[in-house]
Amino acid sequence: MTSNMIQFATLTSGRAARLNTIPILTMDDFQQGICSAVAFEHRVSALFGVPTSQTDLTQLYVVLADDAQNQLYVGRTEVKGDSFPSLTPRCPQVHLFEREIAEQFGLKPIGHPWFKPVRYHRSFTGRDAWDRPANETILPAVSDFYRVEGDEIHEVAVGPVHAGVIEPGHFRFQCHGEQVFHLEIALGFQHRGVEQALTGGPNHRSLHYAESLAGDTTIAHTTGYCQMIEAFAHCQKSARAQMLRGIALELERLANHIGDLGAIGNDVGFLPTSSYCGRIRGDVLNMSAVLCGSRFGRGMVCPGGVGFNIDDARAAELLRRLDLAERDTTVAINLLWDTPSVMARLENTGPLPRQIAIELGIVGPAARASGLARDIRQDQPSGIFRFVHVPVSTCETGDVFARAFVRWLEIQQSFDFVREQLHTIPAGAPQSLVGSLAPESLAVTLNEGWRGEVCHVAITDGQGRFARYKVVDPSFHNWSGLAYVLRNQEISDFPLCNKSFNLSYCGYDL
Amino acid sequence: MFKIILARLQQGHKTFKYPDGLPPELPDRLRCRPLLDTSKCPDGCRACVEACPTGAITMTGKKATVDLGKCLFCTDCAAACPQKAITYSSNYRLAVRRRQDLVVNDQQTLKLAAALDGRLKKLFGRSLKLRQVSAGGCNACEADCNVLTTLAWDLGRFGIQFVASPRHADGLLITGPVTENMHLALKKTYDALPDPRIVIAVGSCAVAGGPYIDHPQAHNGADTVVPVDLYIPGCPPHPLTILDGLLRFIGRLEKGDPYRPPTAVK
Repeated sequence: MTSNMIQFATLTSGRAARLNTIPILTMDDFQQGICSAVAFEHRVSALFGVPTSQTDLTQLYVVLADDAQNQLYVGRTEVKGDSFPSLTPRCPQVHLFEREIAEQFGLKPIGHPWFKPVRYHRSFTGRDAWDRPANETILPAVSDFYRVEGDEIHEVAVGPVHAGVIEPGHFRFQCHGEQVFHLEIALGFQHRGVEQALTGGPNHRSLHYAESLAGDTTIAHTTGYCQMIEAFAHCQKSARAQMLRGIALELERLANHIGDLGAIGNDVGFLPTSSYCGRIRGDVLNMSAVLCGSRFGRGMVCPGGVGFNIDDARAAELLRRLDLAERDTTVAINLLWDTPSVMARLENTGPLPRQIAIELGIVGPAARASGLARDIRQDQPSGIFRFVHVPVSTCETGDVFARAFVRWLEIQQSFDFVREQLHTIPAGAPQSLVGSLAPESLAVTLNEGWRGEVCHVAITDGQGRFARYKVVDPSFHNWSGLAYVLRNQEISDFPLCNKSFNLSYCGYDL
Repeated sequence: MFKIILARLQQGHKTFKYPDGLPPELPDRLRCRPLLDTSKCPDGCRACVEACPTGAITMTGKKATVDLGKCLFCTDCAAACPQKAITYSSNYRLAVRRRQDLVVNDQQTLKLAAALDGRLKKLFGRSLKLRQVSAGGCNACEADCNVLTTLAWDLGRFGIQFVASPRHADGLLITGPVTENMHLALKKTYDALPDPRIVIAVGSCAVAGGPYIDHPQAHNGADTVVPVDLYIPGCPPHPLTILDGLLRFIGRLEKGDPYRPPTAVK
């Protein structure tokens, strides 16, 4: 912590603080504090606007993660009128947060180097940062794109509807022959208004929004949401509930990592791994279904604990399936590393240098593949991860191989974790009672989803209802990383680079 | 090469025999159609109606109907019910041809999807190429459509295949509630399909809007934009529910299909 940051409030993941303990700083102190924190290798986990009772006054909140100290720093500032000075030129990792603030609240970040909408919707406030007439239809991805000029330069546009069974997004490549000079990604097609819908909650839909923020990350997002409720209600969960959440989270990681390694096999034309992993992924999803009836963990995590308990027979069945899945996974994935033609396609493709990963605020396996030992399960642990240590897996090269290999290391760790937990199930009720939510408070929850940090921030009003609910999916940080790694790559390597990140569209679009 | 052959032997043969043999094992906690025993309902109780996140249950007097299109299969109603009058069956067969067939009371059996008739069955019964469009889907329905193409399910053996372009497709398979930002793209994709064409809505969102029902940023399902020929509810539907719907649709289950109850964990 530096002198600039002493002004921020300190907090830990999953604990609520009274709103009046969060200092309101001047814009200068606020921004200088963020810059100092980032210089100390802290990360910007969230930066977002909050409306106030005055229409021309908006508050900006920042959540900074100090991974070395297991600490969060939270501060706020006020914006009067419709603009504020952009911090992006001094701190690149806030570039998208500032665009989001502009889009949601109609505030112009003056001096932002690439000032475009994020999700292409009308603002919450009626102001428009781009001064678009109120009767003008906002069409997704209709805006300026970075262009490279020249006789031999051509532009390739892909999407929103893609060739595979995959969510929609628009990709613009500036190419010279096969070589990509620049890739720009425009999203927002999946925007369903989740943050707005969560405002005023919790209500009978809130949990289901959390479950479908990103359907492949149901456990991480619902855990984040439920921890939020529990933080405001000062609810203690049983050790048993914490452990079952941990098992569900690691099963989610296993299913997605295994599926993605198969898909990477497919993208380099290596069908054995592709075929086997596609099937084994289903086997792991079925293990989630043994736990809670849903292959995607719907209904598993609920405020106060978990929706489904486990007995010895169910634990034994899971262990039996775990052994089979681990055996098949090991054989299927090791084929990748043993096959020179596969390795030739993975190594040196789409490298993300460590320094760029730091500057962009990359999280999850993509950050770990570039040598950054960032993992919420270690750095800002909650639930079972405060008691059981999962080793952090890293690689140094930052290329597709590293992103694939980190996933393989994590698969092995997750198998070990789930097995160990199933052998030592603690006693306790699966669900604890949840009381009413503390009014005028703020809480942050961080969880390591399979793509990386899943950050939820909520602020309650005087009645203990959500005055603001902010969700930062790991994809929000990482799409910029994918755009970066395509530079100077062959355009034909795009699917491979894309799959090595496998980012969420709906988690980003909200 | 030697390792690849050994791996092939180790992994074995995993494609399900279904529908010629039994379907794959289903989990005992699987939640499919909710069944209401209204004879247990206390007078004036509306606990389930109020607990439902999407307004899928309507109650007039003691007569209840459930809209399986709106249902998220979340059990919030069962948890709220003081009389345990609601149970979730594990019968995975849920696909219907008409939207109104998903609105059922506790007496009714579901009018499961009939096969395509005449000319369309002749055209698509043995070869159905689908373009998938996610229009606000959360990637769970998409993932369980993808899983059907894996070797365990091997959708290709029924002549059903996901293709890369609407120009190559006989129909659309839509997931998601159809967000405002995907409305135009979905319409254009549909318009690019050659006639005759069919549309399949997969998942609660595509059937009726899912948790996003009545959001200004989304429409309430695929049939608000394009005509839908097959509705497959679920949040997300189990792959077997999707496959069952597709096979009924192309007339592959007209001679009945083998049923296996969920496997209890012992």
